[in-house]
Amino acid sequence: MFQFIFRRLSLVIPTFIGITLLTFTLIHMIPGDPIEVMAGERGVSPERHAELSAQLGLDKPLYEQYFHYVVGIAQGDLGQSLVTREPVMNEFLTLFPATVELAICAAIFAILVGLPAGIFAAVKRGTVLDHSVMTLSLTGYSMPIFWWALLLMLVFSVTLGWTPVSGRIDVVYWIDNTTGFMLIDSWLSGEEGAFKSAVSHLILPSIVLGTIPMAVIARMTRSSMLEVLSEDYIRTARAKGIAPWRVIVIHALRNALIPVITVIGLQVGTLLSGAILTETVFAWPGIGKWLIESISRRDYPVVQGGILIVATIIIVVNLLVDIAYGVVNPRIRHNR
Amino acid sequence: MSLLQLENLSVTFGNFRAVDNISYKLEEGEVLGIVGESGSGKSVSSLSVMGLIDFPGKVGANQLTFAGQDLQAMPEKQRRKLTGSDIAMIFQDPMTSLNPCFSVGYQIIEALKTHQGGSKKALKQRAIELLTQVGIPAPESRLNNYPHQLSGGMSQRVMIAMAIACNPRLLIADEPTTALDVTIQAQIIDLLIELQRKKKMGLVLITHDLALVAEVAHRVIVMYAGQIVESGPAAEVFRTPKHPYTQALLASLPESSSGKARLEALPGVVPGQYDRPQGCLLSPRCPYAQEQCHKVEPDNQGPLDRQVKCHTPLDSEGRPAA
Ligand SMILES: Nc1ncnc2c1ncn2[C@@H]1O[C@H](COP(=O)(O)OP(=O)(O)O)[C@@H](O)[C@H]1O
Ligand SMILES: [Mg+2]
Repeated sequence: MFQFIFRRLSLVIPTFIGITLLTFTLIHMIPGDPIEVMAGERGVSPERHAELSAQLGLDKPLYEQYFHYVVGIAQGDLGQSLVTREPVMNEFLTLFPATVELAICAAIFAILVGLPAGIFAAVKRGTVLDHSVMTLSLTGYSMPIFWWALLLMLVFSVTLGWTPVSGRIDVVYWIDNTTGFMLIDSWLSGEEGAFKSAVSHLILPSIVLGTIPMAVIARMTRSSMLEVLSEDYIRTARAKGIAPWRVIVIHALRNALIPVITVIGLQVGTLLSGAILTETVFAWPGIGKWLIESISRRDYPVVQGGILIVATIIIVVNLLVDIAYGVVNPRIRHNR
Repeated sequence: MSLLQLENLSVTFGNFRAVDNISYKLEEGEVLGIVGESGSGKSVSSLSVMGLIDFPGKVGANQLTFAGQDLQAMPEKQRRKLTGSDIAMIFQDPMTSLNPCFSVGYQIIEALKTHQGGSKKALKQRAIELLTQVGIPAPESRLNNYPHQLSGGMSQRVMIAMAIACNPRLLIADEPTTALDVTIQAQIIDLLIELQRKKKMGLVLITHDLALVAEVAHRVIVMYAGQIVESGPAAEVFRTPKHPYTQALLASLPESSSGKARLEALPGVVPGQYDRPQGCLLSPRCPYAQEQCHKVEPDNQGPLDRQVKCHTPLDSEGRPAA
């Protein structure tokens, strides 16, 4: 097992180098630079531009800038935002809890709906229930996030007025930032209605962000269950005379979950990338919105640093998934 | 009262009759051999006794009783109480028949817990006893093993331990040695027979091994394309087969004097869903087939304990009746 973890870790360094190179190149390929963007339509004189460039270190050749950036990373320094002059890491840490909160709620929604839907579809294969689950999940999977978000907002926020349109909590509340998670902070604040407001703000974004993972989980669970249900050991379990629910939940599900767990883990990438659009639509103050804004401001260190952190998170989660995989699957636990 | 009695049992998948009106009886403590090529309905008929035929498969019978209890009429829940306790089954491929996610101990204890219950300690003790009974060395440490850590023979022993956990009165063994090494096969059969005698179980032994059936079975049923073509006391059926199919099966044995390969003895395969012939189902492959064989399905002939389904049953010389 340790050997296996080390082997996986050794792949991490080349991956990081690839990511830094890619983000650095791409962000510098976008026309315009931070100074022009900040100056806006007023424009900026060439002398002033040169002066500011020198100040920000943007006058150096690109390879030198890249080198400087990588050396910084190696020392644990992601640089400062060109706009706010705040360290990238600080900004990230301030905003990250909002994204995590949203992603966790979306994941819970996806698992709570996707897993049972997949199981039912498999057990009732070929029935109307099965076809409906499959059709809905295919629809969910192909739904553009932007459009889906606006549709839900139109129906539930604008027409029915059940949920708020944007933000994390109603503006009438002033919540101390204790944990960074609004659900917890609003609960701790003890202010009447604050928690409820936080929950209602989370519902739509969670559904929007969780829809694609939910569809993926439902389909994967179904196909995995179908495969497992036709296995010989399921027949053995039934031959023991145990109750049908036990055959499904204990004997089939345990085996069927092995590939599903991998898929759930892979959804972390989907959640973080989906958060970018979702946060933008719902004005959710997380890292997705932060990254989009920093791209439009050409805030190079923020874009590079932000993407690097997100990539790190995805890599770590995938590693954890592999380990969890070994825990549920005795064949792997013993062989490695 | 017989232990197991079926009368005109059929299993259909859509309009395909995988099992076609078979009838047989099994007495307490009796060994019944079922032989026939792959696809002749041996497994499906046994699974229907276990109640394990799934939708869209349909089971129908004039009678299907276990120790006088009507298996078809009883509610599902009551039937499950019999399945795995009074009626148990082991399968062809032991390596895939155990759940890879659970330890040997868990799977045996689950069988015990379902039907008998008891304290954790007592259950574990009983599981160790069972593993000892099926000849597994160091049973206590084996309880924590996972199926992938066991050999095929070992897995089949665990399957047997699970099947006999609740002292069944009827054990169905569906080709229990087909997937095992030749050297292991005899050990497993010896174990099964020993347990059958000790516990006085009824045993349905499904196998390709005719010599084995001749040796251990009291009675034998020969199945072809979902039908029983011949049945009777094992020794008699093998000494003087009355059905051309039984004769051909015997001729394909390596030790038979003719020494012909199987295909030579009887060219072709068991008809499936789409190529069922008219008349006698064996007629396209039968060396003795006459005109009426291709048109009219034969009836069962002979006394109840020695039946044959053929227009021209073979005489004691192995020649068809005129
Ligand atoms: N679930 C099923 N659906 C459709 N046909 C089946 C099913 N199970 C078995 N059959 C068919 O029933 C016939 C008998 O199969 P089986 O009892 O497994 O044969 P045997 O055990 O004698 O080799 C075969 O033609 C097989 O294809
Ligand atoms: Mg079979």
